[in-house]
Amino acid sequence: MGPVHTVYGPALLCAGAGCSQQFGAQPQWIWFLSSSYVGAHSTTLMPTVSKGDGMRGLAVFISDIRNCKSKEAEIKRINKELANIRSKFKGDKALDGYSKKKYVCKLLFIFLLGHDIDFGHMEAVNLLSSNKYTEKQIGYLFISVLVNSNSDLIRLINNGIKNDLASRNPTFMNLALHCIANVGSREMAEAFAFEIPSILVAGDTMDSVKQSAALCLLRLNRTSPDLVPMGEWTARVVHLLNDQHLGVVTAATSLITTLAQKSPDDFKTSISLAVARLSRIVTSASIDLQDYTYYFVAAPWLSVKLLRLLQCYPPPEDAALRSRLTECLETILNKAQEPPKSKKVQHSNAKNAVLFEAISLIIHHDSEPTLLVRACNQLGQFLQHRETNLRYLALESMCTLASSEFSHEAVKTHIDTVINALKTERDVSVRQRAVDLLYAMCDRSNAKQIVAEMLSYLETADYSIREEIVLKVAILAEKYAVDYTWYVDTILNLIRVAGDYVSEEVWYRVIQIVINRDDVQGYAAKTVFEALQAPACHENLVKVGGYILGEFGNLIAGDSRSSPLVQFSLLHSKFHLCSVPTRALLLSAYIKFINLFPEVKATIQDVLRSDSQLRNADVELQQRAVEYLKLSCIASTDILATVLEEMPPFPERESSILAKLKRKKGPGKLPDIDENRRNVNGSSEHSENTDTTNKVSYVLNLNSSPSTGPSLLVDVFSDSSTSASVDVSEDNFSRFVCKNNGVIYENQLLQIGLKSEYRQNLGRIYVFYGNKTSTQFLSFSSFVTSSDILKTHILHCLIASYPIIEGGAQVQQILNIECVSDFTDAPVLNIQFRYGGTLQNIAVKLPVMLNKFFQPTEMTSQDFFQRWKQLGAPQQEVQKIFKAQHPMDTDVTKAKILGFGVALLDGVDPNPANFVGAGVIHTKSTQVGCLLRLEPNAQAQMYRLTLRTSRESVSQRLCELLGEQF
Amino acid sequence: MQFMLLFSRQGKLRLQKWYVPLSDKERKKISRDLVQTILARKPKMCSFLEWRDLKIVYKRYASLYFCCAVEDQDNELITLEIIHRYVELLDKYFGSVCELDIIFNFEKAYFILDEFLLGGEAQETSKKNVLKAIEQADLLIGCIFFTYLLEKSCKLFIHYKTAADLLSVKQM
Repeated sequence: MGPVHTVYGPALLCAGAGCSQQFGAQPQWIWFLSSSYVGAHSTTLMPTVSKGDGMRGLAVFISDIRNCKSKEAEIKRINKELANIRSKFKGDKALDGYSKKKYVCKLLFIFLLGHDIDFGHMEAVNLLSSNKYTEKQIGYLFISVLVNSNSDLIRLINNGIKNDLASRNPTFMNLALHCIANVGSREMAEAFAFEIPSILVAGDTMDSVKQSAALCLLRLNRTSPDLVPMGEWTARVVHLLNDQHLGVVTAATSLITTLAQKSPDDFKTSISLAVARLSRIVTSASIDLQDYTYYFVAAPWLSVKLLRLLQCYPPPEDAALRSRLTECLETILNKAQEPPKSKKVQHSNAKNAVLFEAISLIIHHDSEPTLLVRACNQLGQFLQHRETNLRYLALESMCTLASSEFSHEAVKTHIDTVINALKTERDVSVRQRAVDLLYAMCDRSNAKQIVAEMLSYLETADYSIREEIVLKVAILAEKYAVDYTWYVDTILNLIRVAGDYVSEEVWYRVIQIVINRDDVQGYAAKTVFEALQAPACHENLVKVGGYILGEFGNLIAGDSRSSPLVQFSLLHSKFHLCSVPTRALLLSAYIKFINLFPEVKATIQDVLRSDSQLRNADVELQQRAVEYLKLSCIASTDILATVLEEMPPFPERESSILAKLKRKKGPGKLPDIDENRRNVNGSSEHSENTDTTNKVSYVLNLNSSPSTGPSLLVDVFSDSSTSASVDVSEDNFSRFVCKNNGVIYENQLLQIGLKSEYRQNLGRIYVFYGNKTSTQFLSFSSFVTSSDILKTHILHCLIASYPIIEGGAQVQQILNIECVSDFTDAPVLNIQFRYGGTLQNIAVKLPVMLNKFFQPTEMTSQDFFQRWKQLGAPQQEVQKIFKAQHPMDTDVTKAKILGFGVALLDGVDPNPANFVGAGVIHTKSTQVGCLLRLEPNAQAQMYRLTLRTSRESVSQRLCELLGEQF
Repeated sequence: MQFMLLFSRQGKLRLQKWYVPLSDKERKKISRDLVQTILARKPKMCSFLEWRDLKIVYKRYASLYFCCAVEDQDNELITLEIIHRYVELLDKYFGSVCELDIIFNFEKAYFILDEFLLGGEAQETSKKNVLKAIEQADLLIGCIFFTYLLEKSCKLFIHYKTAADLLSVKQM
């Protein structure tokens, strides 16, 4: 080995007072050189200090590798070493532990350099049974890094681990636990998942072993959750939050968080313990926690973990606990305003890590307006902080804050700062966050400003994020378009600025919207015509232009500057520069022109007839040219007009652009810009218009034939022949099983809300129609239909029509219902109206279900079981076993069962986790008693639902309805 | 945390720790992509970035980059300080740690990491306790104990208050 050199390279941290300044908020990287430093080109020296157990051979080998001048030399040296090790392992002489360790370590080094290793596993496993700590340690390291699912070996490895776990030597136990945690394979979970919980909660286990055991269990629970048994130990794990040793608490908190995410109910007791612990930490003086204080911040890692754990639960119900938690959160927010106790960046990072986690909890609870607004103000300060990291995080965190109804307005006040960030931040990842936040804070009031800023940013935006910005602009422009000319302008601008990034979804969508809205068609035609004048325009613009002029070119043909011939020449001038799909689209636009403008027929026929079309090498283009030419020659004007008629409106559906953005961002990453929070703003908009609400009610006529409803309407809508083919929307149907009020249907134009009440076999539904647009709906009418079978089971009557529903207005109707006998199907609400010249047909399945006619029945345990036995015939019982679709929360389940209509009977079932209910279904002809039992299995995330009623069809239907709710 | 990578300015991986099961091929691809992405960033840029569906937190210390991949709901700043605490642990253990320490004593770097982080979560955040665990282990080898002591004094890297401390540990 070479002579002693005290320093042999740049130190990662610069120690000593001299550079503590630089090591502060603005780290400067010091190359710590001394006189003995050897230049970068000379031979690398081995470090002389090899701690603990020097392996000279290993150091020599590593040094050799580093001195290799080329990749080939390195490979040669490695192969030489591999041959050497192989011969040693195969040799007759038994190797001593030290050599074995050294060679295994060399193999490990070679593997970590990126080379394959196919031997040495057996020797590594042998090291596990060594009594020498370092030999054992290297054996475990090799196995952790190079684990191989060779079954024989796994058995041997597990055996070694088993021995060490049983050794009662804490250092050996820790090594074994680290190995299980590092490998985390199924085989290991099978072998040890039962043993580790008992190590964890045993009274005599050393603290360090508890820590390893807790995180080992966490890893196994992540990789094979089904193998980790829940049981008596879980209650004792929660109490580790009270442990004196903060390291144990730190490790246990992570474990409890993971387990609580899986089955929150089992770990509910952790809430109060976590709050108590957190409260002690945030109020402690910074020196109290000794070595757990990090740069004057008390236990930052533990604080963050506790705040994370609390995010598994809703705000505590207990008032005292809740106020204690609020106090903690306030203290954390207050500390952010205090002057820093150190200038080092570690101090502010640790402090702010806790602060950001506290803000996440505040947002998660979403219940304390003052805290939310304080959080927002704090983040607002960070938006202008000199640390890029803080600006990044503030933008990110504010994005989630924007979706809370309490803080949405507060977030909006920072719009100028965010726009400024978009313009001035030097780091693309920060700008990306700014775009996300602008998207999240956008609403009707600032849409124009935000869209304009995003568009102008797009001109210089990084290529990596352009497509996403394009999608966002397209969505916002559509969502908040009050004036559709603005929408058309925006999308055309998008194509102009970033045509390459405008995906098919975006330009399809603009065409769909233009076709569905006749108030914007003329404008769209004029605008695309003007845009196409540009000498170089993007192919996507040619596509949109071709389609729109082909459909609506007639709307601007009156102007001599855009006469049919001019339009055609303009489009055709782009033809040769375009790809095949665009040319095909243009050919279709030409044939549409022949229908719209007979005067250019000859010109277009000449084009179609040219060799470049009729004999085009591309089959699709050739076929179109031939067919369109023939069609224009043979067909009469009437036939042409029929064949080439204007496209019918597209059915309304979720924007495909939004779906694309969701795919791109991954589920859950997209802030919801259209969910309930807007209710606050939205409802105030509606309430302004409630004065104009028409209250029309057609009272139920029980004696009238149910068929009169629909037949009457056939007369009213003689042109409604298409209504039968409209798809019936039942998206929200199942949400109404356990509740009576809410929004049943919503598209871009119309929102339909329901309020319903039921008594015995009668029901009344108030239907609210809200016009979401700014323009009138004309000849609005609605009627209810039901299948022939259903008609004999329930009676209803509702016909209504309004000549006009003003933009933004809401009207109300009342529907009365009587249940004659039990039924399964549901009636359909049909709506028709004219909007912007096109007839809109909407059909919505009305949530009239059998369980709505429940009357709850209270009964004693004895009565219940007596009746339960009486209903014991096999056809009377229906059972369903199903996987939980939602988190298994007791309170939510209770609310749902009550919402279903039965009485919830406490203390009837011997198992308190189960739910038992009873009720009577009222129909005109008969009453049907019903008993139900729901057994949750939190561990398997499954439910078993059993229903017994005197009537088979009722049991069946109720089981279907309730079985989808959990 | 899903994984931690240490790599040099030349893009050479110095340490890799994976807390999620991935094939060798995937690991190599991820390391390659990520090293490239991070080396392309400028010094003053933010320490966080979105990468695939993960959040990357990284920091450069002299010639080495430390880089962690955490999940969406994880805390970036505390991850940044996890990196720093790890560097401090290495520094305390090796005494003015530099890249070469980690190359030549890579196994020690792994052992220290295991005492600090397990299963991707912080196990023990007290610097004293982590180093105690590591040094206890070092001291379990009695035979080279004195050479070790000599080397220690060479580097002026003594954490023990008295020799009695050492001896009492040795007897364990």
